[in-house]
Formats: sequence, structure tokens, C-alpha cells
Amino acid sequence: MLKIIKIAARNLRRYKRRTLLTSSLVTLGVVSVLLFVSVAGSFKNMMIGQITDSMLGHIQIHQKGYLASIDSLPLNRNLKEMQALKIEEVLAANPAIEAFSPRIKLGAMFSNYTETTNIRLNAVIPEQEIATMPLLIKRIAEGKKEGLLNKGEIVIPDLIAKGMKVKIGDGIVLVATNKDGSVNGQSFTVRSIIEGVTGPGGRDGYIHLDDARTLLRMEDKEISEIAIRLKDLHGLNKAFAGLKAELEPIRNKMDRPVFEVHTWEKLTPFFNIAKMIDLMTLFIKIMLVAIVLVSIMNVMVMAVYERINEIGTIAAMGTGPGKILLLFLTEGLLLGILGTALGVIISLVSIAALKAAKISFDFGQQQGLILNPTLNPSDIISIALIVIFIAVLGSLQPAWKAAKMDPITALRHV
Amino acid sequence: MTLVTAKDLKKTYEVGDIPVDAIRGANFTIQSASFVSFVGPSGSGKSTLLNMIGCLDPPSGGTLTVIGQDVSKLSKKESAKFRGTHIGFIFQDFNLIPVLTVSENIEYPLQMVQSWPAEERKKRVDKMLTAVGMQDQGHKYPRQISGGQKQRVAIARALVTQAKLVLADEPTANLDRDTAMRIIILMKKMRDEFGTTFVFSTHDPKIVGNAETVFNVEDGIVFESKAEGERDA
Ligand SMILES: Nc1ncnc2c1ncn2[C@@H]1O[C@H](COP(=O)(O)OP(=O)(O)OP(=O)(O)O)[C@@H](O)[C@H]1O
Ligand SMILES: [Mg+2]
Repeated sequence: MLKIIKIAARNLRRYKRRTLLTSSLVTLGVVSVLLFVSVAGSFKNMMIGQITDSMLGHIQIHQKGYLASIDSLPLNRNLKEMQALKIEEVLAANPAIEAFSPRIKLGAMFSNYTETTNIRLNAVIPEQEIATMPLLIKRIAEGKKEGLLNKGEIVIPDLIAKGMKVKIGDGIVLVATNKDGSVNGQSFTVRSIIEGVTGPGGRDGYIHLDDARTLLRMEDKEISEIAIRLKDLHGLNKAFAGLKAELEPIRNKMDRPVFEVHTWEKLTPFFNIAKMIDLMTLFIKIMLVAIVLVSIMNVMVMAVYERINEIGTIAAMGTGPGKILLLFLTEGLLLGILGTALGVIISLVSIAALKAAKISFDFGQQQGLILNPTLNPSDIISIALIVIFIAVLGSLQPAWKAAKMDPITALRHV
Repeated sequence: MTLVTAKDLKKTYEVGDIPVDAIRGANFTIQSASFVSFVGPSGSGKSTLLNMIGCLDPPSGGTLTVIGQDVSKLSKKESAKFRGTHIGFIFQDFNLIPVLTVSENIEYPLQMVQSWPAEERKKRVDKMLTAVGMQDQGHKYPRQISGGQKQRVAIARALVTQAKLVLADEPTANLDRDTAMRIIILMKKMRDEFGTTFVFSTHDPKIVGNAETVFNVEDGIVFESKAEGERDA
């Protein structure tokens, strides 16, 4: 076998220019795929991270039917206290869950005593919200970050702060209508200003859950939703299926399901962008496979054609078809390995350079996000293996032809 | 001992739909350790005969026994194995493998066709290099040596597996007169040293003179003729 590798390697060296040309095509393909995978992948991960870690969480649970009318923030579709307790009991027992945060979502009038506007609010228990949304605090642009807020305080989105000319420490009034139609007002102090992000919930303000209950004059300890953070996002589907199986079969007196469970993918349109990135990655990989297949096949067809006499000679001397096949397959394999190795090295260097260049981009409202391209070893290994496999596959037909050659015909060939 | 026996041996090629009778009922025997030549004009059928004896091309009719084996009964795979074990080949164009050194070319059949252990391969290759007078040239590549030297290497390669029969189709056609003569003399010396049967084809009367048995081939028919004296050697 060592001899076969040696002969194959020397044959590659014999046609140096051609070998270099073919392997650089393979290299080019590998580099473009790896760069695309790493840049698009890091963009995607950052986007998903922003959405799940500062707004949505990984999974949300609502009362059945809430999501269908989420735009109006329906207070009559809140989870009742008993229902919320049931969910919290289930969540506390689930080892895949890192944290969860019960919220009331409400719309209110926001007044700075001279002007009034609409505001959407998340009423939260600060400790639980922080544990469930680790990136939320980072979005606070002005004011005290730690602890998010206390009772009587409000975190307002930057758009409202600008539009209403409200500063930190100012007093404001929220006026809200509860589900029975009665109106109530309550005053708050502006604690901090939070940067808006693109997507549902990205321009919401925050108040304390207890304040929302007094503002809305809730007798029952209702909540609108529970957002859940998992320990590992890779376990999303499993955790989702588990919660669904546990909660969705629960029926009310009218034999209707009580809860609905959704992953972040169902809760934001950005999931489709993530899907598109995956699709584009797939297309680019298919192109890579085509490039490698065509270029290796082409060069191996030439290699066999040029060496018909040599093939005839070794076949006449009694070299078996299997060995001849192996000789050419090994040549294709080495070409593939050479191109891939170069490609991986160039990609790693380029990615390091991209990182060092600290290229920034904007994502919706957020500006100056730094591109952080990374490659996981599993991506590198899988792409390298695909390319090398395709290189061997591309040599298969020419190698097969060489192995099947009749020695006399081959020897007579000029 | 008889090494090759041909009885009413025939070979017909199909060129399109037209059959071409290349060999038309040949009868001959080749003795062990003999030095045999097939002589004849171009197109007479020399190569066809050698290819059949060498199990590269199956006969179309008659019987051909080579080293006790009826070669028409061999499958493609079996004939490859048979060639690898019993037959050595020398070619008109030398056909050394360009990416292998002289030593590696000689070693090739021991390693890639038969599977000799490394030390024995080395011993055997060194012995063959010396036998053909190429002991200092083992490290060179084929492109670095002359035609005559290439054919010496080819002879060493054909003999390295201790084949009983070496077939050489026009081994001297690409060499000048002097070199050609030296190659034939070397082959004869190798026959004396190793007891290998050499069968070669040529249309050069000067070369034929060295053969002990000469078969004249004319238009697909084979006659035996006494070598020395009959031709103007
Ligand atoms: N593969 C083939 N297909 C068709 N005809 C063939 C084939 N091989 C040989 N022939 C024919 O068989 C006859 C004998 O050819 P062969 O090659 O044996 O002659 P030769 O004596 O070796 O000639 P030369 O001295 O030119 O090498 C010729 O008429 C040739 O055209
Ligand atoms: Mg011929």
C-alpha cells in the first residue's frame, strides 16, 4: 500500500502544474465554503442569540389561543394562577431548563405630564427575567443596569425616551385599561433606557410584575406567558417535545387544551432568515461538490489517457485490476487531501484575519455588532471528509477504466 | 523438457465485420532453457504469436500449452496471475515506469505482483542489477539512462521473479546495431546463468543469427528453420 501511495504521489509530482491547478481549484472551493459557513454561521448565531437571549427565550408557554391574538396583548387570555403554578411545577422538575420568567404583557398610555403616547410593556420579576434573558441587561444604554428594575421603576425603550424627551429619574404615569374595561393610572420613575432590537418585543418597556398587577387591578395572580431558557440550545427539540407532551394534553372542563407551547422559531420571523442561511450554505456545498467532482474527474481522465502504455505494461506483468484501480484512486485521494489541506489552512488564516479586522455590521436597529466568524472543528472535518470522498468518487470512473483495460490494446496505444 | 506446445494454433481478429486470419494453424514446440526467435516481415503475425504464448491474447482455435497450462482455458484474472508468476516481458519501447528508479522498476514485480518480503527483494534486485551490469545505476530514473541501459533494466525486471519464460517482442528495434547485439548477447548470457527460456521476435537477420531455434513466420504460417548457417549471420 505504501508503494501505491508512493507511485501515486510521484505521478502527481510528475505533472506538477496540472496537480497544482487542480488542487488549487479544490482549495478555492474549500475556502469559499468554509468562509461562507463561518461568516454566515456567526451572523446567524448572533441573530438567534439576540432574539432568544434578550426577548423571546428558547420556549414560551401561553394559554391556548394567546399567540393567535398576541398583537392586541389580550388580557382575557392570560394564564390563571392555578395554571401558572401547574406550569412552574412542571418546569422546576425539568433538568434541561436553566431558568424561566413569568411575564404579563400589556399595552398602556405613557404620559410625561405634557404628552401621551402608547407603550407596550413586559411586566417581569427582575431576577427571573435576568436569569432567563442574559443579554437583556446589555441592551440598557443609559441608567443603572444591575438588577434591571425595582418596584415603582420603569425601563423605557430609547425611541420613547427620545420622542417624549424623558430622562433618567423623571417621573411618568402609565394609564392602562384592564380586561373589565376600567381605567387606572400609576406613576413610575424612569430607571433606565433600553436599546430597541428588531423583532417582536424588541421595543417593549419593562416594569415589575407586581406593579402591573396593581395597575391592572388583578385580583388573581395571572400572567400572560412564561419564557424559558434551556441549558443547551441543542436540546431544543427534545425539551420542546417533552414540555408539549406534558402540558398540551391537559384539558379544561370543556375538554379543550389549556396550554400552548412554542419554540422561538415559531415566535419570530427571523427564523426564516436563519433557514435561508442554512439553505444557502447547502447550495454552496453542492457547488463545492460539483467543482471537486468535475475537476478531479477531468484531471484523472487525462492521467489515465496519458498513461495507457504504462497501464498496459503493468497489466502485462500481472498487476491485478484491483491494484491498478487503487493506484488511480489513491492519486485522486491525494489530490483531494492536498487541495483540502491547503483550503483549510487558508480558511483558518483568513478567518483569523477577519476576526482581527473587527468588521462591524448592523442588524436592524442594532449597530456596530462585531462580526465574529468561527469554525467549529466538526464543520471543518465534515467538509474535508466530503471533499476527499468526492475526490475519490471523481477518480472512480477513470480508475475503473484503467483497471478494465486490455493489456494488448493498451500496449499498442500510441 | 517442452515448455510451449502449439497445435493447429489459430488467431482470427474481427476488423469490423471482416475476419482477419493473423495466425493460420501453427504447430511448434519450444524447449526449456532454449533461445528462440520468431522471424518474419511486418504483419506476418510475430506479435500475435508472442501475445498468445504470453497469455495476453487468447487463441481462436487449436491448442496452446504453456508451462503445462492450457492457456485457452484461463480467465482474464487467471491469466494475469499466470503471467505474474511464470512469464517475464521485454518490450520494444522498454516500457520502464518513469516515476520509479531503476532499482524500483526491477523491484516492481516482486512487490506489486508477487509479495516478497523487503530484505529478499533488496537482495534479489541487487543480484539482478549486477547480472545486467547496472550495479551503479540503481538510483537513477529511466529518463537519466540510455536506451541500451533501459533494455538491460527491462531484462533484469523480466528475470527478477525467476520466470521460466521471457518473451521479448522486437526487443532491439529501438536500438542501434551494436547495442542491439549486446542486448541479445546479454539475454543469451542470462539464459545460460538462470536457465530461463527466451523467446524473441525480430526482422533483423543479424540478430537472428544468435538464436538457436528460429521460426520463420510468413503470413500467419510458422516454419522451423535451422538457425546457424542457413541465414547470412
Ligand atoms: N488487434 C488486432 N486487430 C485486428 N488485426 C490485427 C490485430 N493485431 C494484429 N492484427 C493483424 O494481424 C496480422 C499480424 O499482426 P502482427 O502484429 O502479429 O504482425 P507482426 O509480425 O508483429 O508485425 P510487425 O513486424 O509489424 O510487428 C496483421 O495483418 C495485423 O494487421
Ligand atoms: Mg509486431
